[in-house]
Amino acid sequence: MQLTPRAKPVDRSPMTFLESLYLWNIIKGMGITIKHMFLKKATIQYPEEKRPFSPVFRGLHVLNRDAEGRENCTACGLCAVACPAEAITMEAAERLPGEEKLYREEKYAAKYEINMLRCIFCGFCEEACPKDAVYLSQTFAPANYARNGFIYGKHELLIPHPIEQPEAYQKALGDRQPSSQNVNQPIA
Amino acid sequence: MADEIKKAPAPLKVTIDNITVEVPAGTTILKAARQIGGEVTPPAMCYYSKLEGSGGKCRTCLVEVAAGSTADPRPMPKLVASCRTNVMDGMVVKNITSERVQEARAGVVEFLLLNHPLDCPVCDQAGECHLQDLGYQHGKEGTRYQFERRTFEKEDIGPKIQLHMNRCILCYRCTYVADQLTDCRVHGVLDRGDHANISTHISKAIDSNFSGNMIDVCPVGALTDKTFRFKNRVWFTKPVDAHRDCPECCGKVTLWQRGDEVLRVTARKDEWGEIQSYDGKPGWICNTCRFEKKAAADWVIEGPTVVNRHSVISQGHYQGMQMPKETIQDVMSGLNPRLLMDIHDISEVNKIELSQLPGAATSANYKNESTKSE
Repeated sequence: MQLTPRAKPVDRSPMTFLESLYLWNIIKGMGITIKHMFLKKATIQYPEEKRPFSPVFRGLHVLNRDAEGRENCTACGLCAVACPAEAITMEAAERLPGEEKLYREEKYAAKYEINMLRCIFCGFCEEACPKDAVYLSQTFAPANYARNGFIYGKHELLIPHPIEQPEAYQKALGDRQPSSQNVNQPIA
Repeated sequence: MADEIKKAPAPLKVTIDNITVEVPAGTTILKAARQIGGEVTPPAMCYYSKLEGSGGKCRTCLVEVAAGSTADPRPMPKLVASCRTNVMDGMVVKNITSERVQEARAGVVEFLLLNHPLDCPVCDQAGECHLQDLGYQHGKEGTRYQFERRTFEKEDIGPKIQLHMNRCILCYRCTYVADQLTDCRVHGVLDRGDHANISTHISKAIDSNFSGNMIDVCPVGALTDKTFRFKNRVWFTKPVDAHRDCPECCGKVTLWQRGDEVLRVTARKDEWGEIQSYDGKPGWICNTCRFEKKAAADWVIEGPTVVNRHSVISQGHYQGMQMPKETIQDVMSGLNPRLLMDIHDISEVNKIELSQLPGAATSANYKNESTKSE
């Protein structure tokens, strides 16, 4: 029964002697194989070589500092409330006199934790942040054998100090612009 | 003639946004609108029905009177403050149906925000702030003001109440609390005009036992609870209704809990953001209940507070959720699943009993903790 006009009946006639040697088919197949030896490779040598990420790639979080090295985060909790995976927790503390160089506002995050096992890297935290304090960088969380290595605290998340460690800061910053001095987002 | 005045006055008919309601004589437009309820009610930043003499200061409750009364149906030429204008028989009021009102109210919000610092990420009132709600309702969450805002020097008014004068919108509610609830009024408004500020006279500490209620009446974050300062954001705490036998006050409160910790105690609020009344008496709470009783054992918990689902406070509060039955134990003949990681062992938050601290946590509280991760 002809199902479609393109259907082709299978040729079930017995092979000739030349065909049963498979010589032509082997040469055809090897041709494809050898052709690929000269084509551009689809794989890369991963740890030594890395692929460029797209500019909108959402990777590991970074807690930002401003140009003077003060932490931007005020522990307002908007990232945590925006987080659909409930991966972010924090504890706020009050800035003491003499700590003005460490924290930009009178309240700061004494603890800031992201559970990378829960995080789905949606970037809502970055969108919610009124202080340009958290953003998603273009790296991903490195593999780990233990689960407890995925609970990232401030120690892991905080960007290096721009004045004390300028090179590490530039590397962490990547293509981003440094956080401006007066990020006074209008939030009534 | 005199007999007529003594007679109980007939109820007046007033139409607010095409809804007619009957109210007794002497009722203000705002109260009549609250009787209808819902969106028809004008917002109020300074008027507080439980405080005598409040209202008439913030101008957010402006409404248009399209017809003065049956006897004189001419419209009022200007918008009127509904908290201070009494209804007349046959009055026609326009609130949300009037574009003039919406425009004027948006202007009022902008004026209120003129000197108000936009520090909501830091402010403890964020999430339950009436000015924040009002700003977002009118699309005025941004600012057009380009000049330096008026600031005041920081003033310490006592160990329990935090005053942020910069955030004050001069609604005078707290001074009415001091006037009407406490024995001796030690705080009020000083100076005039742009310099007007709430202060305790000669920096006297507020030590009356009902002074904490000014935290609850404050529509913005100008007066906040120092024992709750920076402890948590309101939307991460879970509000529960609770009561205790208090010799001084009604003892009916809302506890703002985190786990079993009581981070904050406030009076219960009604739908207008005001303190609830019980048998016609406002449920003010005393400072002992508010500041001293910070253990769940001090209270009889009644149940979760009903929070409007549009409020940010209801975020992540899974009320009425039914937990699915855990079947692993049945399948594994009574064995518990092996927990690969307990988050509480690894996580560094929740290590400090915040409810036990008298004020905000500082780096001193975290000193012993910080070395752990490094």
